[in-house]
Amino acid sequence: MQPAYSIIFFTTASGCGYGLMFWLGLASLSGRLPADRGLVAVAMMLALALVAGGLLSSTLHLGRPARAWRALTQWRSSWLSREAVAALLTFPPALAFAFAGVWLGRVDGWAVLAGGLMALGALATVVTTAMIYRTLKAVPRWHHPLVPACYLALAGLTGAVWLALLLRAFGHELALPPILAVLAAAFAALVKLAYWRSIDRSATIATAESATGLGAFGRVRLLEPPHTGRNFLLQEMGYRVARKHTEKLRLLAGLCGFALPALTSLASMAVPYWPAVLLLLLGAVAAGLGAVVERWLFFAEAKHTQMLYYGEAAA
Amino acid sequence: MTSLPQPVAGARRLGLVIDLDTCVGCHACAVACKQWNTGGYHAPLSDHDPYGADASGVWLNRVHGFEAGEGESGRTVYFPKSCLHCADAPCVTVCPTGASYKRAGDGIVLVDEDRCIGCKLCSWACPYGAREYDADVGVMKKCTLCIDRIDNQNLPEAERVPACVAACPTRARHYGDLADAGSAVSRLVAERGGFDLMPELGCRPTNKYLPPRRRQAPAAPPSLPVAEGGGFLGWLDRLLSG
Repeated sequence: MQPAYSIIFFTTASGCGYGLMFWLGLASLSGRLPADRGLVAVAMMLALALVAGGLLSSTLHLGRPARAWRALTQWRSSWLSREAVAALLTFPPALAFAFAGVWLGRVDGWAVLAGGLMALGALATVVTTAMIYRTLKAVPRWHHPLVPACYLALAGLTGAVWLALLLRAFGHELALPPILAVLAAAFAALVKLAYWRSIDRSATIATAESATGLGAFGRVRLLEPPHTGRNFLLQEMGYRVARKHTEKLRLLAGLCGFALPALTSLASMAVPYWPAVLLLLLGAVAAGLGAVVERWLFFAEAKHTQMLYYGEAAA
Repeated sequence: MTSLPQPVAGARRLGLVIDLDTCVGCHACAVACKQWNTGGYHAPLSDHDPYGADASGVWLNRVHGFEAGEGESGRTVYFPKSCLHCADAPCVTVCPTGASYKRAGDGIVLVDEDRCIGCKLCSWACPYGAREYDADVGVMKKCTLCIDRIDNQNLPEAERVPACVAACPTRARHYGDLADAGSAVSRLVAERGGFDLMPELGCRPTNKYLPPRRRQAPAAPPSLPVAEGGGFLGWLDRLLSG
């Protein structure tokens, strides 16, 4: 599948923003979020900017962006529509939570309710995003039970490292946030390794023989493509990534996306303010970069069954 | 609504039956489809750089060529492919706007271009690559089974078939109601062992393909009669045989 930059940016940026909202909401529910106007202001501005920027970016790949509102109507059947609805419904509690924390300087009382609803909305939006891919049978590597866990893990990790960084930067030296970031990195690494192992070993779903129904005659291969030039289908679904690049990029995603943020989070607990903030910042940037590489691979490695009509042997 | 329609008693299931035995790969169906639909329901089917080196454009029907098997038992098969109007059409249920829909009365899958936002998710959901994006107008386009021909009261009755079917010079394409077991297309499917493409994906396509017929074992070439008897040739034969 073609790794379109707008979709990669949208899913990683909004994932990070929703991850941050999720942990902020959870922290307010647990009563451990400091009532610090500056912290809530920066954290919520960052989360809202990531989410809104991601949503705007996702409309860039639409042919008719002005009609995007219509995507709110088919939530009964379409996961894309459910994603749009969940994303929109998360804004009111998020804005209420930001208002309470910044203008009123409180993270208790009704702000807890707003925080809880914000966390729930963030969780739901990431799940609906993942389910868009999870339900596509035509892309067997996406039609995989671990896909929602992958999306949740990456969103949770990138959100957790940013929360740990912001808390420390605003002078709240707490043990839990960096530990949470380490646990999130471990979980993300586990889920992604399991996913990669599984897609490398899983049997093919469809073959050129089943796509043409000509298997009775023997092995089927393309003799003549229907046209000499490129077309939309090849542009959108004909992307191929070399095997050796796949391995290097998985390593990069693993080291940069999971190992480095875990290490910097751990190290930040043992050092004074400035080194700790710089370490956590390094971890947050690395986690973001790792998430982009992971998401690029998620697209580039996925094969669409329609490519069986253009010379692929199996998908 | 992008939910699939509830089954209606007595509903038709209109579709195509494509005979891979008689298709000669002339692309007349693909050209006729482009010609009709660039002026019909989906007008226009835009092209980019059509006379240049990097030509591309929207086509709703394409003819692929495959080789199957090896040596004498192997076959070269021309394989026209367009929308299969699936019973469980995943392109319909993923649509976030309601632009993509399946008609309850005849099972034809269509795009309402005024509602389509061009998110292309339906093209990802279709296992067969039947949906195309028209970059000029920013919406998705697909085979309509020529609803502007098959229901068109202004055309003579014999012409109320999809453009691809009307154009096929070898009668490899058949159009009809596959819900009616007695229809000509249903009988063809039953007699010739018509099959579904990628049945493992569970889309239950309406269109069926007829397999290439098994070849008869070639008989020994008949020996030419040897001229026996008189006349000049007989004399020549005796002379050369002697």
